[in-house]
Amino acid sequence: MSTLKLNGEPLTLPDDVDPSTPLLWVVRERLGLTGSKFGCGQGLCGACTMHVDGQAVRTCILPVGQVVGKSVVTIEGLGGDHPVQQAWRQIDVPQCGYCQSGQIMSAAALLAANPNPSNDDINRAMAGNICRCGSYPRIRRAIHQAAASISTGVQTFDPATGEG
Amino acid sequence: MKFSRRKFLVGTGVVGGGLLLGFSLGGDEPVPQIVAGSFQPNAWLQITPDGRVVFQLDKAEMGQGVYTGLTTLMGEGLDYDPARIQVEMAGVHSAYNNPAMRMQVTGGSTSLTTAWTPLQEAGATARAMLMAAAAEQWQVPVSELNTDDGVIVHSASGRRIGYAEVAESAKSIEAPQLVPPVANAPKWIGKSLPRFDTPAKTDGTAIFGVDVALPGMKTAVVVRCPHFGGRVRAFDAEEAEQQAGVLKIFPIHNGIAVVADGYWQARQAAGKLKVEWDKGPLAGLSSAKIRKNQEQALDNGETTVDALDEGDAEGVLAQAADGRVVEAKYAAPFLHHSTMEPQNCTALVTGDRCELWAPSQAPGFVQALAAQYGGFDRDKVTVHTTLMGGGFGRRAMTDFAGEAAAIARQMPGVPIKLIWSREDDMRHDFYRPSTLHRLRAVVNEDGQIGAWRHRLVSASITKGMAVTLVDSYLPKWLPEAMARGIGRFAGNTTANMDSAMAEGAEIPYAVDNRKVDVALYDPGIPLGFWRSVGHSHNAFVVESFMDELAHAAGEDPVDFRLRYLQGHPRHQRVLKAAAEAANWGDPLPGRIQGVAVHESFSSYAAQVVELSKGANGYVIERVVCAVDCGQIANPDIVTEQVESAIIYGLGAALKPALTVEDGRVVQSNFHDLPVLRIDETPEIQVVLVDSKEHPTGIGEIALPPIAPALGNALFKASGQRQRELPFQLTV
Ligand code: FES
Ligand code: FES
Repeated sequence: MSTLKLNGEPLTLPDDVDPSTPLLWVVRERLGLTGSKFGCGQGLCGACTMHVDGQAVRTCILPVGQVVGKSVVTIEGLGGDHPVQQAWRQIDVPQCGYCQSGQIMSAAALLAANPNPSNDDINRAMAGNICRCGSYPRIRRAIHQAAASISTGVQTFDPATGEG
Repeated sequence: MKFSRRKFLVGTGVVGGGLLLGFSLGGDEPVPQIVAGSFQPNAWLQITPDGRVVFQLDKAEMGQGVYTGLTTLMGEGLDYDPARIQVEMAGVHSAYNNPAMRMQVTGGSTSLTTAWTPLQEAGATARAMLMAAAAEQWQVPVSELNTDDGVIVHSASGRRIGYAEVAESAKSIEAPQLVPPVANAPKWIGKSLPRFDTPAKTDGTAIFGVDVALPGMKTAVVVRCPHFGGRVRAFDAEEAEQQAGVLKIFPIHNGIAVVADGYWQARQAAGKLKVEWDKGPLAGLSSAKIRKNQEQALDNGETTVDALDEGDAEGVLAQAADGRVVEAKYAAPFLHHSTMEPQNCTALVTGDRCELWAPSQAPGFVQALAAQYGGFDRDKVTVHTTLMGGGFGRRAMTDFAGEAAAIARQMPGVPIKLIWSREDDMRHDFYRPSTLHRLRAVVNEDGQIGAWRHRLVSASITKGMAVTLVDSYLPKWLPEAMARGIGRFAGNTTANMDSAMAEGAEIPYAVDNRKVDVALYDPGIPLGFWRSVGHSHNAFVVESFMDELAHAAGEDPVDFRLRYLQGHPRHQRVLKAAAEAANWGDPLPGRIQGVAVHESFSSYAAQVVELSKGANGYVIERVVCAVDCGQIANPDIVTEQVESAIIYGLGAALKPALTVEDGRVVQSNFHDLPVLRIDETPEIQVVLVDSKEHPTGIGEIALPPIAPALGNALFKASGQRQRELPFQLTV
C-alpha cells in the first residue's frame, strides 16, 4: 500500500495517482495544499521545495512513488511560528511572495543542519532558490536572525525534527 | 485625479464611475463588490453592516507593496488603523481607472503618486461624514468632535462611538466638500508599517492566480507555435488523447489546448501531440540578422522620431576640431520578464457569461481579451484579480486571459485553469526590445561638452499593444471589426510617437547643442513593458557615455556630472548622497567604484557600484543607492523596492541574453536563461533622501542606473569599456 507521512499525518495515496506524477502536483492538486509553488518544473528554481525526511527537495521532479514510506513536510506543515517564519515576518522578506514557501523550506532545512550558517553557507544552501523580486538581502538577514533566535533558546521549536 | 462633482451619491448602493472621475468609458454601472447595506461614500471604501471597514484595492499587488501602501493612505485619511482594514481586490470599473493612463492598469510606477491625494481625501471625507452623523446623534456641534483610530470622540462629555455604529446614519449625511487629510503629524504614513500581506506569504495561505480552486476544475495547457506569428498547419492528437486523465484536445486561436484532470497529465499529453507548424512570417529570422538590420537602420534608417533637438548638434560635430569627437556604439539585448509565477488564468463559462480569475496588472485588458477570443460581450465578462507572483510589466499584457476564455468557451460549466510552463513563459513573453545606439559628442579642450548626438534604433513598444488598448478604450457598442481596424490604425500611428523608446535619453545635462532621435526598425518580436521600459536601455547608454566624456575631459565622473546638472537640484542631491555614503573616491583598499545617476518616473536615483578583483574575474561587492521619490508612505517598502530593482537589473546586466533563431527564442528555462541568484547578490545600501515633494515612482527607478554604474566600475577596473550588454566580469 502506498503510504507516506505528510505534515506528520499518515497518508495513503489514492489508487488512481500515477506514481510517476511529481510530488508537487499531487500535493497541490489532489491534496489541495497550494502553498508549494510551481516555478520551472525542472528543479531549477526551488519554488516547489518541501522537506523529505528532513532534506530540502525539489518536488516538481520528484515522482510521488519515491516518497512512499517517507515523511514529507510542506510549508503548511511548518507550523506558522517556525523561527524562520517569524524572522521572515519580522524582516518583511516577501515581496510578491511566490518564491517564499520554497525559500522558507530551504532555510529551515539549512538551519536544521547548520544552526549558525555563515554568509557563504547561506549562499550555498539558498542558491537553488530563485527570487525574481530580489528579496535575497532580506533572506540573508532573516536566516541570521532565525539562527540567533534558535541559539538564544527563545524558541521551543526543535529544528532537528521540524517539530515544536 | 479630481472628482468631477463635489457631492457623493451616498447609500443608494450605486456610485457611477462618471460621478467620480472626469473621464469615463464604463458607463454608470454600479461599482462591483458592494455589500448590501454598507455605508459606501466612494468607490474604494465601505463600512459593512457587520462593522468591517473594507478597502477596494484597485491596483495589482505584485510584490511592490500597494496592498500595504495604498491601504495606509486610506487609513490615514479615515483615521483608522490600516492594519485593521480589510483589503479586497477591486473588480473592473472605470472608477478604478489609473488617472495617469485612463485605463485600469497597474504600471509605470504610478500607483502611489496618483493615489496619494485621492485616497487620503476619500478617507478624510468619509471620516467627516461619520463625524457629522455622530454630531447629529449627540446634538453637539461637529467642531467639538474628534476621532481616535476608528472612534468618534466628544471630549467635553467623554462620549465615544465607533465608526461602525454611526455608519448607518452616515448614509443619509450629505457629503461635504472633499476634505483634505490632516496635513500634520500623520499617524501611519511615513512609518515602516509591516506589510499587511506578509503573514499569508510566509505560511503558504496566500492565494495566487495559480492557486485558485473551484469545484470540478480541470487544468489546461496550450501548445503554441514556437515561431512568433506561426500557426498550426495540421495536428494529430490520437496518442495524446489516450493519455490518462485527458478530457479534451482542440485548437484555439493560437495553438492547441489540452484539457486534463491535472497539470501533469495535461503536460504529458501535450508532449504526445504531433503538430506540423507553419512557421509564419518570422521564419529564418535570427539575432544575427536582427543586428545586421539594426546596423543598417543606424546608418541609413529613415523613419526617425525626434526625442530632443536643441541647438545644432550636427553642425557643431561637423566643425569639431580633430580629436575632439568622442564616438561610441552601444547595444542592449531583448530581455524576458520571467515572473516567478508563470502566466496562468482560470475561466468559467456559464451561458453567455464568462468569469475569470487572473493574476494581471490590467483587469480591463483581461476583460477585453476574454471577450474577444472567447466571443463574449464585454459586459458579460467578470474579472477577479488575484495576488500575483511578480509583474514587472509582463502582466500588463493579458494574452493568457484570451486563451483561458477560448478554452473555457469550449467546455461550458467546467472551470478551466490554464497554466503555462516556464518554457511557455520564456518563449512567449512580450520582451524588452533590443536596441542599438550611436553616440557622438564634442569635448572641447577646456573640458566642455560642445554637442551631444544620440541616435538609437528600436521598435515601438506600444505599437503591438495598440489593438488591445484600443479595444479596451472604445465604446462597447462599436462592432468588433471596426474596433480592430481602429486598433491597427492606432498601432501604426503610435509607433511614430512612442515616447517609451527614447525615454531616459533626454539628458538632463546642460549641453547647448543636443539631439536625440529614433530610427524605427521592427523585427516583429512581440514587445512589452519591461521594468523601467525605455529607461532600462537608455540610462545604460547615456550614463556610460557620460562616463566616457568625463574620462575624455580628464575629470572625476561625479564632479563632471555635477557640473552639468546645474538647475537639476534633485539629481544633484541623490548623486551627492550616493557618493558620500559610498565614500566616493576613497574606497576600501582593493575596491573599485563606478557611478551613475538617472531620473525616471519623476523620481531620482544615483548609484555607486563597488568591485573587487577575485580569482575568477571581478566581484560586485556593494551597491550604494540614493533615491529621492518625494514623500514616502512606507520607508521599508521603498528600501525593498530599491533592492528589488537593483537585483532585477543586475541579473539583466550580467546574465546571458536570449537569442532568436528561425523566428523563435532559443532558450527555454532557467538553465539556459539564468537569472540572478543569492550567491551573486552584492550588499546593497539604500539612502532615502528626505523630500517634501509629492510622492513619485519607486518600483522601477533604481533599475536604470545599475547597468551603467557597473559598466563604469568595470571600465575603471579594467580600462576596457564594455558597450554591449550583458557584461563580462572576466575581463
Ligand atoms: S518548480 Fe521545482 S524547482 Fe522550479
Ligand atoms: S518574493 Fe517574488 S519571487 Fe521572491
